[in-house]
Amino acid sequence: MNDMTMPEQTTKAEADYKFTAKGVDVFYADNHAIKDVSVDINDKTVTAFIGPSGCGKSTFLRCLNRMNDTIDICRVTGDIRLDGEDINDPKVDPVQLRAKVGMVFQKPNPFPKSIYDNVAYGPRIHGLASGKAELDDIVEKSLRRAALWGEVKDRLDKPGTGLSGGQQQRLCIARAVATEPEVLLMDEPCSALDPIATAQVEELIDELRQNYSLVIVTHSMQQAARVSQKTAFFHLGELVEFGETADIFTNPEDSRTESYITGRIG
Amino acid sequence: MTEITASRQSLLLPDARTRSRNAAEKRFRVYGMIAIGLAVLALCVLLVSIVSNGAGAFQQTFITLDVAFPEDKLDKNGNRDPAEMAKVTTFGYAPLIKSAINARIQAEGIEIEGLKKPERMISKEAAAQLRNFVLSNPEVIGETRRFEVLASGRVDGYFKGRVTAESAKRDKNISPEHLVLADALKNAGALETRFNWKFVTWPDASENRPEASGLGVAILGSFYMMLVVLVLALPIGVAASIYLEEFAPKNRFTDLIEVNISNLAAVPSIVFGILGLAIFINFAGLPQSAPIVGGLVLTLMTLPRIIIPSRAALAAVPPSIREAALGVGASRMQTVFHHVLPLAAPGILTGLIIGLGQALGETAPLLLIGMVAFVREYPDAPPEGLFDPATALPVQIFNFTQRADPAFVERASGAIIVLLIFLLITNSVAIYLRRRFERRW
Repeated sequence: MNDMTMPEQTTKAEADYKFTAKGVDVFYADNHAIKDVSVDINDKTVTAFIGPSGCGKSTFLRCLNRMNDTIDICRVTGDIRLDGEDINDPKVDPVQLRAKVGMVFQKPNPFPKSIYDNVAYGPRIHGLASGKAELDDIVEKSLRRAALWGEVKDRLDKPGTGLSGGQQQRLCIARAVATEPEVLLMDEPCSALDPIATAQVEELIDELRQNYSLVIVTHSMQQAARVSQKTAFFHLGELVEFGETADIFTNPEDSRTESYITGRIG
Repeated sequence: MTEITASRQSLLLPDARTRSRNAAEKRFRVYGMIAIGLAVLALCVLLVSIVSNGAGAFQQTFITLDVAFPEDKLDKNGNRDPAEMAKVTTFGYAPLIKSAINARIQAEGIEIEGLKKPERMISKEAAAQLRNFVLSNPEVIGETRRFEVLASGRVDGYFKGRVTAESAKRDKNISPEHLVLADALKNAGALETRFNWKFVTWPDASENRPEASGLGVAILGSFYMMLVVLVLALPIGVAASIYLEEFAPKNRFTDLIEVNISNLAAVPSIVFGILGLAIFINFAGLPQSAPIVGGLVLTLMTLPRIIIPSRAALAAVPPSIREAALGVGASRMQTVFHHVLPLAAPGILTGLIIGLGQALGETAPLLLIGMVAFVREYPDAPPEGLFDPATALPVQIFNFTQRADPAFVERASGAIIVLLIFLLITNSVAIYLRRRFERRW
């Protein structure tokens, strides 16, 4: 959708990848949290990051839209490129990057404002709508994409915090897609939801794949197997294995991956 | 059942540990109730003693007289020249009052044996009141007008139970005959004790006329100072706390600033008075006794007390809200002003109003910058008025308590009531605003 803004400098081989990360290290003060991770993330694909708690999968996800900048003691090194452009270049404004790389968090965190304002906030601050009618369109389109429109269309002026947990998380997804991002990062989006809400969100992820590149961190291996095409397994800050989801779950190359997916570690 | 399984404790009988735990909880609740009971009792005693002492300050005794304004005394040359008329001092008006009260006594047919100097019944303020009236309305010269003048503090005290025939015998300002006359005038309808707005609006008066003293200048001075504190401390305090909490890097320098802000909040207020004297008066050359200097000193004192709760309110906003805003591409400033600040606003407002309340009641630093002065003139309207001399409510209370005349006891308590009403109003506003802006997340 943002084809016009795509730089022409990318070579043919790299063009298939939305994100390319090479040799990424992350330090929290003296703690080496991510060790030399290299991952390539395809466009219009769901990539799942799995691994035991504290393995660094969320930390790595947060490198992709520079959310780690907000943590004082966190230091990121290595090369991460979005469409061939270095996102850690000093010339890059993280605000612009985050408009392109949206994020959905573990716990639903709607703003304590109305449902409408929650979705309209991003388009407003980025100036995506020139009038009220256009903003209404964006809000409706985003809520439809998040499969929430039918449930909330009659109470757009009610607070977003009054929705149920699953609805709140879909509201957060609607808020994230409202700014027309190219990539959507999801940090354990279903861990606070019940199975029905989880199923709804997973269905949504599958639909969003038509338009976006999605990266999802999850604790649930079943979920990774259900929604993703590519899977990366992290263990103790290292990327152990990365490949097609079907291969990882049926025919893992590394013994640690096998132990994890069969439930012996983690 | 207990007989079959002897080792099993029945749920119906609490065991020893449970009993002691429950007893401990019960004791703790009793301690709590005792503590609250003592606090409420102390508050009641305080309020009852202040109100019973101070309620009298809002009542005042007035005497109605028909005052003649003879031309030969007030304007000898008869040309109504204001400069010449002003040469007649308040002392020159005393005979007018003397003849007016004598005339009234005769007219009512009151005869009291041994009554001397009935003009002692009238406040010394009355002569000044008449003089001001004549100077602004020269046409009354040669006429007789009906006037309501203040009774003296002793006569007023008699109707409030402070002065008795016994005490009047030992008092050189009043005699028992005066008290008899006061009762007679009251019966004749010439003397009345009623609610007195002048206590709130009039300026302070000198030591020997407590009946004429009021809080007008002090209330204005306090109001001006609060204006200065609000205008300076709110933006500076909120900006400082937002910067420190949301933007400042965490390093040794900011740690040092943080520690110092906490320490400043604990510095005795009189130290800020010395600081204000040195900086604002001696160095910057601002006038003494002026609300602007008082306001600046109170701002210095209030700032740390606003910054600390404001930072706490900002820190209490859940980080998930910040992440949500940053995640949709808001800048840090947008995040703070669109999301964090509205959520922290109730806490910041509460801190601000508690800070203002403390500043309103602060006395010590104002003594050092000369606001303890005796000020009769009302300050002008701001902004010029900020540089005029004024006093403040707590300083006025301090001033009243320093004076010898027993009538000032009720004045001081009355001033405390006014101060407490102002504090009550600010705190109610704080509660209202808090409720109004509080949002759930």
